[in-house]
Amino acid sequence: MYRYDDIDRETLADRAAEFRDQCARRLAGEMTEDQFKPLRLMNGLYLQLHAYMLRVAVPYGALNADQMRKLAHVARTYDRGYGHFTTRTNLQLHWIKLRDAPDILDELASVGLHAIQTSGNCIRNLTADPHAGATADEVDDPRIWAEVIRQWSTFHPEFTFLPRKFKIAVTASPKDRAAIRVYDIGLRLHRDDEGALSFEVLVGGGLGRLPHLGPVIRERLPVRHLLSYMQAILRVYNRHGRRDNIHKARIKVLVAALGPAEFARQVEEEWSLTDKAAVDLPGTELARIRAGFAPTGFETLPPVSAAFESAKASDKAFSRFARRNVMFHKTPGYALVNVSLKAIGETPGDCSADQMDVVADLAERYSMNEVRVTYEQNLLLPHVKLDDVPAVHAALVGAGLATANITLISDIIACPGLDYCALANARAIPIAQDIARRFSDPVLAENIGELKIKISGCINACGHHHVGHIGILGVDKKGEEFYQLTLGGSAEDDAAIGQVLGPAVSAERVAPAIDRLVEVYMRERRDGERFLDTFRRAGLPMFKEAVYAEAH
Amino acid sequence: MPRLIRFRDGVAAWAEDAFTAVDDDQPMPQGDVIISLARFQREGRDLLAQGRNLGVRLASDEEPEDLVVDLQRLSVLALTFPKFRDGRAYSAARVARERLAFRGELRAVGDVLLEMAVPLVRCGFDAAQPADLTTPEQWTHAARRFRHVYQRAADGREPAFAERLGG
Repeated sequence: MYRYDDIDRETLADRAAEFRDQCARRLAGEMTEDQFKPLRLMNGLYLQLHAYMLRVAVPYGALNADQMRKLAHVARTYDRGYGHFTTRTNLQLHWIKLRDAPDILDELASVGLHAIQTSGNCIRNLTADPHAGATADEVDDPRIWAEVIRQWSTFHPEFTFLPRKFKIAVTASPKDRAAIRVYDIGLRLHRDDEGALSFEVLVGGGLGRLPHLGPVIRERLPVRHLLSYMQAILRVYNRHGRRDNIHKARIKVLVAALGPAEFARQVEEEWSLTDKAAVDLPGTELARIRAGFAPTGFETLPPVSAAFESAKASDKAFSRFARRNVMFHKTPGYALVNVSLKAIGETPGDCSADQMDVVADLAERYSMNEVRVTYEQNLLLPHVKLDDVPAVHAALVGAGLATANITLISDIIACPGLDYCALANARAIPIAQDIARRFSDPVLAENIGELKIKISGCINACGHHHVGHIGILGVDKKGEEFYQLTLGGSAEDDAAIGQVLGPAVSAERVAPAIDRLVEVYMRERRDGERFLDTFRRAGLPMFKEAVYAEAH
Repeated sequence: MPRLIRFRDGVAAWAEDAFTAVDDDQPMPQGDVIISLARFQREGRDLLAQGRNLGVRLASDEEPEDLVVDLQRLSVLALTFPKFRDGRAYSAARVARERLAFRGELRAVGDVLLEMAVPLVRCGFDAAQPADLTTPEQWTHAARRFRHVYQRAADGREPAFAERLGG
């Protein structure tokens, strides 16, 4: 994995020093909260319902063991011993004291971590396919390009005060594991018959109040021009994006208002005037970054492991774990091992400091020192030998991290909701816990198959409810928490915005409603259909009737 | 009246402001003036013919491209920040410097705060009228906080990728 050099490290140190100075001025009363607020937000420090929340960036979801241990140490020392991994692959610490924030940033900087651009109207921490470097279906390693963008977007002087926040996702696979269609910019790498790489560029996707799937504005952008083209997109947005209404300030609104073709024309015009050579990285720098992600240390192994197969044959729980959580690696004899942060009855995405340490140790010992954070709020050990999977599984069982439910009904995305967040209308976590408990029988869950439930505590949609197979949105009805259900959404290759099922229901009726929906699916499904497929074939009315019939 | 800070070689200092900022409804005073784009389009030619030094103040929704050929005849281009969070002027500044080759004074006016020092200087501003009570010493310090930058902009600083080639 790419290691920060002196330039990267000194930049983090300079940032931490700047923030220490700003915090000191605030604590000494030299700055008002109003003046301080935008500065702390630029360092990922939010004031929430009960305390400060620090959002630590995990660029493209990639961590090494030392970084994971440092997160554990920070959670243990400065917070309540746990953290929350988010749909943007960041880690949120929810119980931070302002006076500790500068020390925390110093600690993070010591291992190449930071909270830069995890808030504010700037280019945010970017996400990439969590299977990067391990999956057979990628045409290149998307982390290379994500790192290129990370550096370019760090303290970009022109794009620090955009109309609104700006999020970028990168994938290099036909199978979309980075939700690129719901990002401000989604990038998908292609390789042509001659081996040349290009980007398919999508702009103007997003969730929130006005969900949009991003249209393609350029089919094939030669990869060497990535940064100059990004500058052109951002410049058109910075100059012409709406600033009169915070709810209409995202780039999706500009793209929709102009139409994708006119937006693309403006970008191309700006790009044609751009001195590309001044912006685009020279080939030597691209090669340097690429070298940072070169695969090293893979052994030549047989594709089948006797240890793995015999564990599957003798241990039912391991067998289920292997089916649900273990995936093919492009290198024979290796696997990707998903670490579920969705233990039944726990908070989705939460991870204790002790669990982080366990994962760090496993990464170091068994996964070439790498851990990934996924936007579905789980962790992933990307390079585990099949021979070692039983040992990894045993260690995960010991840490409460071996729930075999990846992509199943209890693998729920949920934002922190009203338990923490000042923006929320309703709680998300207890709803997720209710549903997970109801479907805690692993045999039943596996029989139901892939079903993605996504819960947001408010319309800002941090829990991606619009693109859940079943989406759940918390709303406020005269001071009471209610939940609106949507069906048929997806954030993947078959991306779609879900359709509203009917009137919002009260908290205690959510899990029973999910029961009804699952019953309809189980009754109606045809061979091999997932919940989503059955819904799309059979349509909304049948599901609606099942949920609302008993209300009368 | 906010005082004027000018940057020279990375050092900020108080500067004499030879220009009078004139609103659209004010009578035209003698001497060097900064006027709006609308007023420039009406009166600019006459004022320049009188041998005055002239500045134009662009609102955040106006663009330096609107000045076309006249840009090179201006001594000052003042770009307005209605709020410090409104970052349109950073793009306008880079376009003026890098695309339209404007070499006069590029002045930040409006809600201009110390914490903007880095992006202002990087995007090509060489003068600012701070709306807060900050001093040139603070501005010099703030603008120098980062030893490295990751992208080329209007200030000619060598970006990280070029530094790495040299090192």
